Amino acid sequence: MNAPCPEWRLLINADLDGELDAGRAADLAAHISTCAACSALQRDLLALRAHLAADLPTHPAPAALRQMLAPQPMPARALPWRLPTAFASGAIAASLALMLWIQPVPAALSDQLLESHLRALQPGHLIDVASSDQHNVKPWFDGKLDFAPPVKDLSAAGFALAGGRLDYIGGRPVAVLIYRRQLHVIDLYIRPGPDSTAASAFRGYNLIAWPQDGFTCMAISDLNAAELQQFGDLFRDSP
Amino acid sequence: MWLPWSSKTRSDQDASARARSSALLLPHLDAAYNLARWLMRDPIQAQDVVQDALVRALAGMDGFRDGDAKSWLLRIVRNAAYDAHSASKRRNETLLDAEIIDPADNAEALHSRSEDLAFAAETLDDLPMEWREALILREVEGLSYRDIAEVTQAPIGTVMSRLSRARQALIHARHVRDNAP
Repeated sequence: MNAPCPEWRLLINADLDGELDAGRAADLAAHISTCAACSALQRDLLALRAHLAADLPTHPAPAALRQMLAPQPMPARALPWRLPTAFASGAIAASLALMLWIQPVPAALSDQLLESHLRALQPGHLIDVASSDQHNVKPWFDGKLDFAPPVKDLSAAGFALAGGRLDYIGGRPVAVLIYRRQLHVIDLYIRPGPDSTAASAFRGYNLIAWPQDGFTCMAISDLNAAELQQFGDLFRDSP
Repeated sequence: MWLPWSSKTRSDQDASARARSSALLLPHLDAAYNLARWLMRDPIQAQDVVQDALVRALAGMDGFRDGDAKSWLLRIVRNAAYDAHSASKRRNETLLDAEIIDPADNAEALHSRSEDLAFAAETLDDLPMEWREALILREVEGLSYRDIAEVTQAPIGTVMSRLSRARQALIHARHVRDNAP
């Protein structure tokens, strides 16, 4: 048999790799139907692909390399943060107390949350995927995290989705959703985790945490406690 | 008791940034090691290469905000592999050096040379490093031609040529083996 036509060889490969547009793919198909040598090459390439898929070993990374990217313990602090549970008014305190079992957020965790939130508030707020569309933001996390965070559209209630980013809190990667309410920014940290419910306030920032579908959600913002709680309830209860 | 905000140390911020970078790279660690393993053909050297690459990647991630972390990491791995390779020249590589080709050679001459090389190349391990790299990135990692060009810092036409010749060498080797008496 003759060798495959030189001018078609690379295109036959490209066709196998899905790199041809429809027009060229059609021209190629027409040529192959008339050329035994090119037809044989295409068959050989398909057989080779099947052979490689079946027989080519792939090698997972050894544990020693995984350790290089493993979570590092946070540095110990000389003086721990202590966060009181403080509320602006008795009425808010009463309603919150009814809705939540109040406990202080663990000090180290809230340190990290506040630090992360403040860093993110620098000019050009830290957003990796900027979109107000939950159908853009949610799939963006695929392949970047080992879980799929819930993403809700709360624009009708006045909480606009601004985007998302990856962050690292409490020794593991987390998803962060960024919402805006007028001039206030809410960073919503989501990670799989134990059920915990909490509320704290410090330095003018409010923090609430709640369990949802096997995740722990933590929202931090300079928005007032009542509206932040409203945000949390909506995020938890909306479809 | 409130602590002043300035008590947050610089090293804490570095640790957070480092943790964030690690989280972005971790999903692609297996791909990185697999590529290094095929390029170096040795697990110990592959581990050294990936370790080197991770150090470079973590150091260089300050500006990395968007884009494809996988292609970016694979490019660093690939460069680290080539650096390690040229540091310890293997004799049998030069026999199969894919790039000792006169660019004036026509396509068919290139491919029949591929078939000559196939006599010495029964497996992927025996192929020239550049061909093996293109084949792994395409067949195992499923990268597009454009992404392979990005990772290997080669023009797309060169990527296509390497893929075609790598495949031709393997096909020919199998024909020879299948038809052996």
